[in-house]
Amino acid sequence: MSAAMSAARTLLSSWLPPTVAAVAILGSWEILLALLRPDGFVLPPPTEIASAVAENFDAIVTAITVTGFIVLTGLLAGVMVGVAFALLVTAFRAANETLTPLAVAVNAVPIIALAPIFNAWFGILSPRSNQAVVVVLVFFPVFINTARGLARVSPSQVELMESYGAGKWRIMREVRIPNAMPFFFTALKLATSLAVIAAIVAEYFGGRQDALGNLITTSAGLTRYNDAWAAVLAGSLLGIGLYVLAVALERLAMPWYFTARRSS
Amino acid sequence: MSSQPETLNNETVNAVEITDVSKIFNPGRHNEVKALEGIDLRIGQGDFVTLIGPSGCGKSTLLRLVASLIDASEGTVTVNGKAADRARLDRDYSMVFQRAGLFDWRNVARNIELPLELMGWKAAERRRRSAEMLELVKLSEFARHHPAELSGGMQQRVAIARAMSFDPKLLLMDEPFGALDEMTREHMQNELLRIWSETRITVVFVTHSIPEAVFLSTKIVVMSPRPGRIAAVIDNDLGARSETTRDDPAFFTNVTAVRNALRGDH
Ligand SMILES: Nc1ncnc2c1ncn2[C@@H]1O[C@H](COP(=O)(O)OP(=O)(O)OP(=O)(O)O)[C@@H](O)[C@H]1O
Ligand SMILES: [Mg+2]
Repeated sequence: MSAAMSAARTLLSSWLPPTVAAVAILGSWEILLALLRPDGFVLPPPTEIASAVAENFDAIVTAITVTGFIVLTGLLAGVMVGVAFALLVTAFRAANETLTPLAVAVNAVPIIALAPIFNAWFGILSPRSNQAVVVVLVFFPVFINTARGLARVSPSQVELMESYGAGKWRIMREVRIPNAMPFFFTALKLATSLAVIAAIVAEYFGGRQDALGNLITTSAGLTRYNDAWAAVLAGSLLGIGLYVLAVALERLAMPWYFTARRSS
Repeated sequence: MSSQPETLNNETVNAVEITDVSKIFNPGRHNEVKALEGIDLRIGQGDFVTLIGPSGCGKSTLLRLVASLIDASEGTVTVNGKAADRARLDRDYSMVFQRAGLFDWRNVARNIELPLELMGWKAAERRRRSAEMLELVKLSEFARHHPAELSGGMQQRVAIARAMSFDPKLLLMDEPFGALDEMTREHMQNELLRIWSETRITVVFVTHSIPEAVFLSTKIVVMSPRPGRIAAVIDNDLGARSETTRDDPAFFTNVTAVRNALRGDH
């Protein structure tokens, strides 16, 4: 009950300042464009983007659903693989010596550049290739941050557990995993926007025709820049929505962390 | 559980026996350190023993040997007549460190219940015991607070309550009051002595402070460094402590005796 209430309060306090900022930015954007009057394709004023959203409402809702599904599934899979790697690497020295270099090597590959190759693997119209890009991109920051949180525990807390005769797995559960939670959520918040970017850019190269990335490229190709901007706006909303969801999850999962921070 | 029930109930068995123990860290490597050499020490049941000595003389190492968190290079350590490792798995002892080391993600009561959870106690019994322990350290109204909301001294009292929650026979404390201010420290010393006299637990207590050692203990082990050895064992029989003990001539005599032993002249 109180956790839900504090989550609601968090939602409010994380929505209010950006809303104020958004209104200020959109207002000055509109005014500046009205004064300078550049060509339409450079940057349309917010009111024109809004009417483009209204005109293409159905297509945009479909695109958000299609791309949102890719982002969410890719994010979930990437987070799961990242956390699993982090646990393995922390628990087993052999895993650390094999998986860590592998992960670093995979991360060094410019993953977006793989999108056309993934299309060849999974088929140009399949969303699988887009999901694959999201998974690979999300996995690394989650893995690295979570692994750091699992490792960076206070040595005396580990000694304390050992003095109670606790084994490695008990120490993992009671000390390492709770200690890694703030690190994990930092990575998750970062991963939400990464996942949206990864999905849309991957869609530039292939995947379903009704997704956000395709909507942007086809609209721009037809010089319908207002429609392209409307789709970009939809992508931002998707990113913001996921970020807020991650913040709410963070509050629900570790209320203790926010008490601790308030008083120290 | 134990294979030696006859020693478990035998009150005459020493709480701790350290026989000809030495400890070398990183043997044979460039960073080899001889931390302890030729340590012989017997600690009786119900004793309050302090270990005192300059930084690096091996006090923490000795405590961790007793706790079987590290192994001796030579010699033997027994706790209640058992090998130190057996005693650890039997939960014969409990530790308190300089930093309280409470878990931020557990409230005060659940911190105290941690060892009980590890031992498989039922939830209702855990609740009852943590309430008792909170009463013992006079923090009952903070059961549902989180550690970060408590002062350093209060956190250390929670750590003591946690350490004593499962009735260990032996309490190992490594500079538990080292990070506290002088006032809080004296208060905590009084509290610890009250708990000790109520429970008659055996205590091994590491400190840098001569007055603290003399005020608290029945026996003071003075150590010297490089390599860590026992320089002197001083019996410190001041009787029951009170507010006036710190002004007692016998108190100052023993403070001087410890100071001289630390300097190396007997
Ligand atoms: N894990 C370790 N690895 C290597 N050397 C160690 C280790 N632990 C302790 N030592 C060394 O052993 C010696 C004794 O250390 P110890 O921590 O027991 O001293 P101490 O008496 O507790 O000192 P202090 O009063 O500063 O806490 C020191 O020289 C230290 O460098
Ligand atoms: Mg020490």
